[in-house]
Amino acid sequence: MKYLKFLDNEFFKEAGELSHFTARFFRELSKPKQEYEEFINQCFWIGYKTLMLVGVTGFIMGLVLTIQSRPTLVEFGAESLLPSMVSVSLVREIAPVITALICAGKIGSGLGAELGSMKVTEQIDAMEVSGTNPFKYLVVTRVLAATLMVPILSSLANAISLYGGFLGVNIRGDVSWNLYWFQVFKILSFGDVIPSLIKTFFFGFAIGIVGCYKGFSSQKGTEGVGRSATTAVIVASLMVFIIDLIAVQITDLLGLT
Amino acid sequence: MEQVVKNPVIEVKNVNKSFGDNHVLKNFSMSVLPGENLVILGKSGSGKSVLIKCIISLIQADEGEIIVLNSPIQELEQDELDHLRAEIGFLFQSNALYDSMTVRENLEFPLRIHWTKEERAKGAEAAVKEALEDVGLLHTINMMPSELSGGMKKRVALARSLILRPKVILYDEPTTGLDPITSREISELMVSVQKKYNATSVIISHDLNCIKITSNRVIMLIDGTCYADGTYDELSKSTDPKIKEFFE
Ligand SMILES: Nc1ncnc2c1ncn2[C@@H]1O[C@H](COP(=O)(O)OP(=O)(O)OP(=O)(O)O)[C@@H](O)[C@H]1O
Ligand SMILES: [Mg+2]
Repeated sequence: MKYLKFLDNEFFKEAGELSHFTARFFRELSKPKQEYEEFINQCFWIGYKTLMLVGVTGFIMGLVLTIQSRPTLVEFGAESLLPSMVSVSLVREIAPVITALICAGKIGSGLGAELGSMKVTEQIDAMEVSGTNPFKYLVVTRVLAATLMVPILSSLANAISLYGGFLGVNIRGDVSWNLYWFQVFKILSFGDVIPSLIKTFFFGFAIGIVGCYKGFSSQKGTEGVGRSATTAVIVASLMVFIIDLIAVQITDLLGLT
Repeated sequence: MEQVVKNPVIEVKNVNKSFGDNHVLKNFSMSVLPGENLVILGKSGSGKSVLIKCIISLIQADEGEIIVLNSPIQELEQDELDHLRAEIGFLFQSNALYDSMTVRENLEFPLRIHWTKEERAKGAEAAVKEALEDVGLLHTINMMPSELSGGMKKRVALARSLILRPKVILYDEPTTGLDPITSREISELMVSVQKKYNATSVIISHDLNCIKITSNRVIMLIDGTCYADGTYDELSKSTDPKIKEFFE
């Protein structure tokens, strides 16, 4: 027993409760009657709230990455490789991860605060009393919406950051619009695009489930709501990196690098 | 003497509930007859909210039996429970209005499960308007809860708990935190809706005026048990110091 003592700590308790919550998500998802209307609403809100932020960040990322990569490539006399190099790093790693981190901040904290305040003001109990399954109405719809929207936002960030890259290339050099995109699409293969798209679904799912879990398990009082919102962001961001780490191992094993 | 035997609407038998070491309800029993307006009186933290949440099965009692409208509420399947809950109106101590929805959407919310789509298309608008008219707040129909005052929120919450025409209404401190005039209005409102819908109600309250207006029987919850039971007049004349405290 002495050796099992370390299991009795907050981290493992949380991890256990989170897995429990995830299992409940799939149980409720498999029951009939879905809340389509609320799902569509949530997709709209997630898109509406993060679109601008993701767009601007994507653009700046592409621009800055290109400008900063140029000197190194010039040193090796490989300036013409600039579009290819930038596009691979953006699409494979930078755009999906940055988008996911922004969403972890925006969506994760939003969910934690929204569901948390509903919990402490008894709105979730009120839903239950009125015959609506609150888990299904609130959690399932929001997690599914995040799972769907993060990949869409991330694809958008890909496109915008590549456009930023085009401007970045043209600040010092001179590459035509057609040539730039020709080089970009020549280097990008399915092995780059598909795995990076697949992992964004997992990012979205993790952000949704962590945000909802934190909100749903809020402690009494407004202080509890604040804590739910901040820990939701921290845990969701951490999950994004862990999933990214696992994803890179899998693509590596499958020989897609 | 002629005796009319009526089945109680709510029957609570030997219920125990504790949170950790905090033993809140100890062998608590009570029953509520049809048409009765029962007031539960007790100190803050004595477990009144816990008791009525057990009645609607938001909190599970550890032991004991709770029968509402002839159904053992703890043993029901989820959809049976949802059906039964449609017959019970519940006014939360904190109102629990959905703050992301307008007043209209708040009132329509219970209908989305218990009415079919056609019924809602035909009757929802009228039902919402009628319920709001009952509480005198028809003009707030398109407002958000955050735009309402405390008393208005209470009244909207009351309208929401009445929209399904429940047979039983549970009120958790309907007048706490309101000025004497508003709280009198709300008490009178409660009496008039009870008459209108012919409902049975359980009211948690410390407000003597509200109790005087609404109750026809009072129960005192002290130390987790039913300490005294009688009409307002009987209890207010009692010489027991524990009871007297409340009526001073
Ligand atoms: N979910 C819970 N978890 C742990 N303890 C709880 C919970 N709900 C209530 N309690 C405890 O049960 C006791 C009774 O609480 P309850 O809310 O029923 O009081 P109350 O009689 O309604 O008081 P008030 O008049 O202030 O509303 C309190 O000591 C409270 O700490
Ligand atoms: Mg209470």
